[in-house]
Amino acid sequence: MKNLLGIEYIDREEIELLLDTAEAMLEISQREIKRVPTLRGRTVINLFLEPSTRTRVSFEIAAKRLSADAINVSASGSSLSKAETLNDMAENLAAMNADVLVVRDRTAGVPQMLSERVRIPVVNAGDGAHEHPTQALLDVFTVRQALGGVEGRVVTIIGDIAHSRVARSDIYAFLKLGAEVRIAGPPTMMPVGIEELGVKPCSSIEEALDGAHVICMLRIQRERLEGALFPSVREYSQTYGLTRELLGLARPDAIVLHPGPINRGVEIGTDVVDSEPSRILDQVTNGVAVRMAVLYMLTGEGS
Amino acid sequence: MTRLRIAGARIIDPSSGIDERLDIDIEDGRISAVGANLAGIPEEVLEAEGLWLTPGFVDIHTHLREPGEEYKEDIASGTRAAAAGGFTTVCCMANTDPVNDSPAITEFIARRARDTASVNVHVIAAATQGLRGEIMSEMSSLAAAGAVAFSDDGNTIMDAAVMRRVLEYAGGVGRPVIAHCEDLNLKGSAVVHEGAHATCCGLMGSPGEAESVLVARDLELARLTGAHLHIAHVSAARSVEMIREAKSAGVRVTAEVTPHHLAQTDEVIRGYDTNTKMAPPLRTARDREVLRMGLADGTIDCVATDHAPHASYEKDVEFSAAPFGVIGLETALPIVLELARDHRMSELDAIGRLTHRAARVLGLRAGTLEAGAAADMTLVDPEAIWKLDPRKLRSRSRNSSFVDREFRGLALRTWVGGRLVHNSDDVDEQR
Repeated sequence: MKNLLGIEYIDREEIELLLDTAEAMLEISQREIKRVPTLRGRTVINLFLEPSTRTRVSFEIAAKRLSADAINVSASGSSLSKAETLNDMAENLAAMNADVLVVRDRTAGVPQMLSERVRIPVVNAGDGAHEHPTQALLDVFTVRQALGGVEGRVVTIIGDIAHSRVARSDIYAFLKLGAEVRIAGPPTMMPVGIEELGVKPCSSIEEALDGAHVICMLRIQRERLEGALFPSVREYSQTYGLTRELLGLARPDAIVLHPGPINRGVEIGTDVVDSEPSRILDQVTNGVAVRMAVLYMLTGEGS
Repeated sequence: MTRLRIAGARIIDPSSGIDERLDIDIEDGRISAVGANLAGIPEEVLEAEGLWLTPGFVDIHTHLREPGEEYKEDIASGTRAAAAGGFTTVCCMANTDPVNDSPAITEFIARRARDTASVNVHVIAAATQGLRGEIMSEMSSLAAAGAVAFSDDGNTIMDAAVMRRVLEYAGGVGRPVIAHCEDLNLKGSAVVHEGAHATCCGLMGSPGEAESVLVARDLELARLTGAHLHIAHVSAARSVEMIREAKSAGVRVTAEVTPHHLAQTDEVIRGYDTNTKMAPPLRTARDREVLRMGLADGTIDCVATDHAPHASYEKDVEFSAAPFGVIGLETALPIVLELARDHRMSELDAIGRLTHRAARVLGLRAGTLEAGAAADMTLVDPEAIWKLDPRKLRSRSRNSSFVDREFRGLALRTWVGGRLVHNSDDVDEQR
């Protein structure tokens, strides 16, 4: 594996190898001294051109637990504000002998574009509505941890599929590991042609939840889409919000995932967030382990 | 005395229906005779056994970028590219900087063309001032200055009342209106066609209906006004069906299709290559099939390149940030020939879509090999196999969606008014 640009571009064996590696990394994070010398002397550049707290901090911690040097670059403090092109900027960063470039951008395709320009591995930390592969890896990791496996499980993804990079990466990851994937949400948020990926679109949240093992709720970008793709937050939460009652339609051992940041009371009831089936904080914990595995596979002895 | 005789070529002249092995004589820049066993002794004989001689191609949709964006292309470089592609006439669009919405700019372009162009250049002027779609341009004065048609190409005239008045007024001036049909509200921030490929790439797409709803509107307005409407770069199947119905109902409508929409589908966006980003976008295989059928049955009158040069540094950015458009003058011929090889139309008809059918749309005196016509001609090797090397393009820009693709069919020589403006044997010296 040269880069991690998306789950679409890797196969089941590569996903499973990353998950197995992440198991070992999780153990490191549980030690009192949470640091191993594996990537000592390596430099990880986190190029985050779109605001992010969780993912950026997660990558930074992942790099540091492997003893790599992590450098964070954001859009506002960068030369992009001086109209330098992204390609030129990335080439300059890579020329400082960095070992891996982690990229988050609001535009789909940016990690791929940069991977064609720099000679070091590129990790996609989320590009527009395209993919967010490390999120999908931590999601399948969390399911494997909670349910013992992914094969044959019914995974339901609910919300704004059209604008969600998490949905795309999750769909590829769960399908490649043998799960059944259902999607549901307002028709205005269902992207054209999504069924060609092999998912089952459902016409209601009830249908989508019936017998599900895993429920992935997506964040609604209320500030951007209210009024355009759905009439109001109130109506959205009444129609597509996950409540305790609706949760009863899923299997008794079902788990609930959310990539965060959550809108309590909008796409997910606040009591669901804090309920027993919720694995939302486990996801965050596992995210560090998965990202350690990715950095190790791309730059360490795994590469 | 005859100066040049081209002997033994297969003469393909769709304007007269000629398709046979004949000789052709050129004298004083004009075609003096076409036939077998021509009389007279020529000064020079070009043996063209196994090759085709066709009228020079006519492109009614070209962006030459002069004035204002000479770093992308200028009249000299753009017409060199045209000549290399076998074109002897191009019609340049009005979205220059400043916009060609005044007789002074139209005259400037015409003068620069006289001074620097390799091929004939006709000028298309803006339909509305500043291409803003609000106030119509001085179409009468623009026509007097030489404008052959009016278009806000690149922009859509979204206000139906403005479009109606533009059609009426242009009809009075006796010039067609070329419509760029993309509903800007339906298109939104889309950069590609809406479908599974856009969904997988996470790119915003617009449906074919973003085009066809405006085609429907403009066909209705053409019917209302009786004016000549020309639909630029048709990309959606539904548009073709509606144009076919309108034509059979007697609406004065013509239409063009680009080589890239005939050759490619939205599948090619998967690698985020910004040279696959254009407006309207590449659509589905079904759309492409309907476009090919529409061109073959005459619903779509001609092929037009929509040659739209952009500097590499402008394209070398995030997909969503890159400008729309691809170049096309140097690759149009083999794409059209491919349709003939696939038996979708005869070779005569295929050449017709690049020549007299295009000229007829704008009422240009071009695209014919009849005796007495200007000797605008292209010598074609229909079997030449070549690969597009971007460094060898004559255009100043490199933004082709066909980089590294193999083509069959090449313009070996191009003459404008009897003057040789392109010879594929010299290309390496010219560069």
